[in-house]
Amino acid sequence: MQFINSLTEEVVIPPTIINSFIVVILLSIFAIYVSSRIKKADPNEKPSGFLNIIEILVEGINSFVESTMGKKFNNFAPYIGTLALYLGVANLLGLVGLTPPTSDYSIPFTLAIMTFVLTQFYAIKYKGGGGYIKSFFEPIWFLFPINIVGELANPVSLSFRLFGNILSGVIIMGLVYNALGFAAPIITPFFHGYFDVFAGLIQTFIFIMLTMVFVSMATE
Amino acid sequence: MEGITSEAFILGCSAIGAGLAAIAGIGPGIGQGYAAGKAAEGVGRQPEAQGDIIRTMILGQAVAETTGIYGLVIAIILLFVRPLMGAL
Repeated sequence: MQFINSLTEEVVIPPTIINSFIVVILLSIFAIYVSSRIKKADPNEKPSGFLNIIEILVEGINSFVESTMGKKFNNFAPYIGTLALYLGVANLLGLVGLTPPTSDYSIPFTLAIMTFVLTQFYAIKYKGGGGYIKSFFEPIWFLFPINIVGELANPVSLSFRLFGNILSGVIIMGLVYNALGFAAPIITPFFHGYFDVFAGLIQTFIFIMLTMVFVSMATE
Repeated sequence: MEGITSEAFILGCSAIGAGLAAIAGIGPGIGQGYAAGKAAEGVGRQPEAQGDIIRTMILGQAVAETTGIYGLVIAIILLFVRPLMGAL
């Protein structure tokens, strides 16, 4: 996965990066369509059909964030919703034959770094600078190095979890397709159902859940 | 035993190492099964708390899975990135 081919000196963009832009473009088109529908809708009438589903989705994410993080983190719902939509669509991309962007380590690690920075930001905001530094020397001062390592291990384990699950799915699907040959279309739907739909959605849920838990734990 | 190149030797040893690293999957398997069994017991005792129990179970299982994923990532790196080839 090099960006510059060493033989021909050409810049090579890996397909996972292109697929991640496909996801972003799809979600942008979806958002523009939804907002145009919302502007046309009459607020005095009951929402119907498509808008009803969107409303259920938004309210579900709002109440999910509130039940996990408490009332003071209501403003977190848009970020969590964006993360859920992006990861959900990205993990399901294997269904249409594209490589899921999350099977490239750069994307899970980027998202995990965002969670890490948010965690540190909220820890400093709620504990204050002194309390934040003091929290590394608890319960006893000589545990300081272990606390530092434990804090740095969070983004690594968070990103490896998503990356490892999706990449193992991609590798096993590749092995199955190569082993079965022409019989592949009969047997692979089951594997797609497990590795793309089930594992992909579970990992999406776990990633947003752990992000919320880390941030709300940092403020205590 | 002659004629074995050092590249072939490193490739073979990397494959063995990848297989050994994947043994790390045993621990999370046992742990996740235990957590799922306890969650089933909890749902049987208190069916109205099913949503909360499942959410807590999945969160705990995800954290328990971490060590297995580390083993998997090491196996994948040994097989596909082959870092030991650079040491030749």
